[in-house]
Amino acid sequence: MSSLFIWPGNPLLSLLVLLAIAVPFLYVARAPMQDFIHRLTRAITNPLRLGSRWFAQTAYRLQTRNREVLFAQGGRELKLTIDRELERVSALVERDLQGYPAMQRKLMDEITHIEEDYKRSAEVPPPPPEWVKAIEELAKIKAGRDGVVERILGDIRKSLDGIYQKVVAEYRRAYEERHSILKRFLPFWRAAGQTLSQVERNITGLQDSAAKIDTNVGRLEAIFAKRSDAEHALITSASTQMFISALVMLIAFGGAYVNFKLISLPMSAMVGGGDYVTESLRASEVAALVIVLFETLMGLFLMESLRFTNLFPLSGITERMRKNLMWVSLIILLVLAGVEVALAVMRDQIIAADVALKATLGGGAPVAAAEVGWVTKIPTAGQMILGFTLPFALAFVAIPLEYCINSGRIVLGALLVLTLRGLGFALRVTANLTREAGKLLGVLYDVLIFAPLAIERWIVRARANGAKDEAVEEKVPLRKLGARTEEAI
Amino acid sequence: MKPWIALAGLSALLLAGCGANVNRTQAVYILVDTSGTYAKELTKAQNVVNYVLGTLQPGDSLAVGRVKSRSFTEKDIVAKVTLNRDPVQANGQKRIFSGEIATFAKSSQSGGGSRYTDITGGMMQGAEFLHETGARTKTLIIFSDMQEELDYKTKRDFPIKLEGIRIIALNVTKLDTDNVDPRRYTGRLEWWEQRAREAGATDWRVVNDLEHLERVFSNRG
Repeated sequence: MSSLFIWPGNPLLSLLVLLAIAVPFLYVARAPMQDFIHRLTRAITNPLRLGSRWFAQTAYRLQTRNREVLFAQGGRELKLTIDRELERVSALVERDLQGYPAMQRKLMDEITHIEEDYKRSAEVPPPPPEWVKAIEELAKIKAGRDGVVERILGDIRKSLDGIYQKVVAEYRRAYEERHSILKRFLPFWRAAGQTLSQVERNITGLQDSAAKIDTNVGRLEAIFAKRSDAEHALITSASTQMFISALVMLIAFGGAYVNFKLISLPMSAMVGGGDYVTESLRASEVAALVIVLFETLMGLFLMESLRFTNLFPLSGITERMRKNLMWVSLIILLVLAGVEVALAVMRDQIIAADVALKATLGGGAPVAAAEVGWVTKIPTAGQMILGFTLPFALAFVAIPLEYCINSGRIVLGALLVLTLRGLGFALRVTANLTREAGKLLGVLYDVLIFAPLAIERWIVRARANGAKDEAVEEKVPLRKLGARTEEAI
Repeated sequence: MKPWIALAGLSALLLAGCGANVNRTQAVYILVDTSGTYAKELTKAQNVVNYVLGTLQPGDSLAVGRVKSRSFTEKDIVAKVTLNRDPVQANGQKRIFSGEIATFAKSSQSGGGSRYTDITGGMMQGAEFLHETGARTKTLIIFSDMQEELDYKTKRDFPIKLEGIRIIALNVTKLDTDNVDPRRYTGRLEWWEQRAREAGATDWRVVNDLEHLERVFSNRG
């Protein structure tokens, strides 16, 4: 750079002189240079804009496709939910309606019982005694001073007292009898009450199911109508499902790792302890991994055959085949679980033998057999239980796996759309920035040659003024000529 | 369709498990000097053998040879073993080997040392054993003061072959003459190193701190 300077000791002056020399050339080359800058900017911005448009269109297409998938999947799931609810309702109705005639008969019997008892318990007034009339007649007799009459009346009172006592006793007995009848009412009332409560519960359950079905049908309608609120709800639901299923799978992965660790050491006795598949991966570890993966696979088949998941296209197989598949998967899983139990025991033995050997090699006394009590067997038992339980626990990983796959398609699709849009936006911004930078470069070029440009403008203006003056001068005689012509006319 | 991918991965793993097998076995030959005054160091040698035994994996090989007046013979291999692939059986083999070494140590200490010290012959015998095992990592441990003394009939002044073998000189004790002139000790070790490297040994190390043997045997090569 310094070699370009005319006076290397004074670079500023050198630059100014160089600029002064270059300005005429720059002025002459202005038009092609501006054109070059313009074309260069377009050459950069056009592909960028095209790219941006392509990204936007691809994002739109992908979004449309995702929408279709989302609605289809959401619709299918909702249909399944409604189907299940309808099945439940149908089972409920079938079960309860089957029992309704019997229940009604029972209810009617109970009501009849209650009615009969009610009738029997009705109060029957004692018949008016005939002797009341006789007494009424006797009461009309005036006692006076006749001793005979007095005696007769006294006897009558005595008799009446006796009779009164008897009647009252009879009346009480009748009441007691009615009370006992009413007491027998109670169980029937209770039974009737319980039956009616059961009916009410069933009806309430049906109402709940109907409400759920109504809600789901509403959602299904929104999906069929492809409403945006339904789309948002489905995307949110898919994201939540994916997060939860990923979390569950992470936990399952932890379980699988424990399972792997449990069987990798004893597997070395089966496939060879010193064999390596790669530089750091032992054959025993691969074998253990294969066992764990087989268990998971059998779990997948089991869940599939039990219709808990729908990962494989098994709709074409018969029910008998499905049952066979279920049994085969279950048996293999059981066998593998049994193998794991054996391996757990073997692991414990290998570790114990290794510890004993190391103690011997180190010069220590070997572990005494007498010290091995039931407490020391707890870890072995724990390992055995773990070995048997973990394969079955792993089998359930099929459920979150299915959710993860189904929701992952939607969530990843949405993320891809977002990425494509982001890329499109970035390209568009870059294109705009490039265009503006090109404009700025053109202006900068003009700034560099401002002096000749100012002169050019001045000359152009001067010429324009000169031309205007000439035009004015030419116009005046014409106008005058016109006036004269008018006057002449 | 994702489970089919898992199935394919599983099959690939199975194939990998059945097919390619990387040789990561290790062979160790421990050469124990039983000559002269060094015979009293045999207890330490026994500990080293036990330590090495503890680090070996199924499939590995171990042999213990002794250095006598003339050591280039199979008779000088005290005990040798190639561990079974089954860890339980390998455990039993280790136990038996350890017993054999204990018996050897006891008998050597009571029997007295040999008159001469043929380290070169022992190394050649060790190299032969190590090459025969076909192990990937071959280690020759020399438990000696590295002072070779040969009778006039024994010829060892020719180049030896130790390709692919790493050599560890353990517990190289200083002789009385080394105390007088330490240059003799360093010169002796330098001579052995040069000889080992010229013979094609991959590594040469001198370890006198037997408390930290794990630093020497930490990696399998």
